Amino acid sequence: MAFLATSADGWAIDVLHLRKGYGDTVAVDDVSFSVAEGEIFGILGPNGAGKTTILECALGLRRPDSGSIRVMGFDPGEDRERLHPIVGAQLQAGALPGLLRVGEILGLYKSFYRQPADVAELVRVLGLAGKLKNLYMSLSGGQKQRLSVALALIGRPKIALLDEMTTGLDPQVRRDTWDLIEDVRDRGATIVLVTHNMEEAERLCDRVALIDRGRIVALGSPARVAERAGTSQRVQFVPSGPFGDRLLTGLPEVKRVERHGRHVAVSGSGDLVSVLILALASAGLTARDVQVESATLEDAFVLLTGRHLDDGGG
Amino acid sequence: MSIRSSLLPAGTPLAAFGMIVLNESRIARRLPLGLLVGVVLPTVLLVIIGSVRHDRQHLQALGGLTTFNVYVPVFLAMVIAALAFYGLPIPLAIYRDQGVLRHLAVTPVPPAWVLAAQLVLNVAFAGIELIFLLVVAMVGFGVATPKSADGLVLALCVSIAGVFAIGLWVSAIARPRTVGILAAACFFPLMFFAGLFFPRAEMPRALLDVSNLTPLGAAVQAIQSAMLSGFPSITPLLVLPAYAVIFSVLAVRFFRWE
Repeated sequence: MAFLATSADGWAIDVLHLRKGYGDTVAVDDVSFSVAEGEIFGILGPNGAGKTTILECALGLRRPDSGSIRVMGFDPGEDRERLHPIVGAQLQAGALPGLLRVGEILGLYKSFYRQPADVAELVRVLGLAGKLKNLYMSLSGGQKQRLSVALALIGRPKIALLDEMTTGLDPQVRRDTWDLIEDVRDRGATIVLVTHNMEEAERLCDRVALIDRGRIVALGSPARVAERAGTSQRVQFVPSGPFGDRLLTGLPEVKRVERHGRHVAVSGSGDLVSVLILALASAGLTARDVQVESATLEDAFVLLTGRHLDDGGG
Repeated sequence: MSIRSSLLPAGTPLAAFGMIVLNESRIARRLPLGLLVGVVLPTVLLVIIGSVRHDRQHLQALGGLTTFNVYVPVFLAMVIAALAFYGLPIPLAIYRDQGVLRHLAVTPVPPAWVLAAQLVLNVAFAGIELIFLLVVAMVGFGVATPKSADGLVLALCVSIAGVFAIGLWVSAIARPRTVGILAAACFFPLMFFAGLFFPRAEMPRALLDVSNLTPLGAAVQAIQSAMLSGFPSITPLLVLPAYAVIFSVLAVRFFRWE
């Protein structure tokens, strides 16, 4: 089956009991998941959680210590030369020759593939059209980032692996890039995003895997993962006077009470707003500036790991 | 992975190789360090020797040869060695350090092509620099036209093949931190055997036998006979291709993306 460009069982990526360590540190610890063809799949977690290592194993840049990984039916370590024509990858530690112009680099990478994408279109969407004559060394960080996204997509990949693709981009370019990724998927490609941007994951991903300390802590659609954490809602308000947390934590609907200055944030489920208003009224209080949010991946992550997604280190 | 599929993967257009060479030549044009060092250094040495020593006299100690007869072949070998041990590995070591090779490692381009593109470029430089040096020696310093032009071309070609292969192997494994040390560790000992510090004509028999088996010793042996007496003997013409084969295989085998 190895000569087929698509996997026999409809999985673009199949990871089974993947384990990879560096010296004494275990970067990836018994990770298993599958990505369906045509899916946008997110790998989420704080820095150092092992996301990039998983990507590098999928590209054949690193060999797993144990477990297996198949990408489009190929073993990335063994079948590099058959896998790479159909994969597009954007890596964090990649760079390009500083003395080449943007247009020259695009022409170079375009020549690597048999059926390249429309470069003019890529360049336009990514806002690089005015930069084609600039030397790579003169580009800003965001421009380099956009160029690396263009290079990941220039070969019309069947599967694109993108590591923090919108980090450092301004909001407008970020949204344009999201549209571009959806477009690429609509043309039949599978996309794997490594990110710690929640908005990106919720907007784009069909399914996400939350990774913490090298392990998957939750896997499913963003809404399902958020629900799995048991918080379907989060209500924030400013009370008219002081009260003890116990007033609210005793209620069956309430999971958690946090205070941020004057604001009180309550996570829970059920008819949370009515229950809170009633409880406050019973203590002679009212609530101002009430905001209701549905549960987010961020909440889920905090509940599952006790840490925030954009925590450094770890 | 077989050698064939690692050199010529079915999925990669061959035009990509031309594009890699084209873009490397653009970089070399924007920063022509290799070309300048290779042209300037041996020429300056030639001028120094030409003005300091009694170059046109036939010296007893050199077996009746003039200093130029002895040193022009050594400088020709030095041009080849400078490109092989500095021109080839340094850009590749920088690419490896900056992550340029890491970027290429996830494309369909086989690693051997990156090496091969540098090779093509530096062979072209070698051609230009060797012709330049020969013209300067003959026009500027009255060095006689080579006895065997065919022999000289062949000697230079096998020398480039053998010495560049070693340079490729250095390129394949060197990091920016170690490339200077590794290059010097190859360049200076091999240039010693080529007779840069101590003319081969003055070497004791045993040392000369060793020199003839080293890549640059063999190169000077072949170049010198083509220039002074006639078609080179068979030994250097076998020694240099042997180095070419062995070190090319090692280079492809041990190439590191990171």
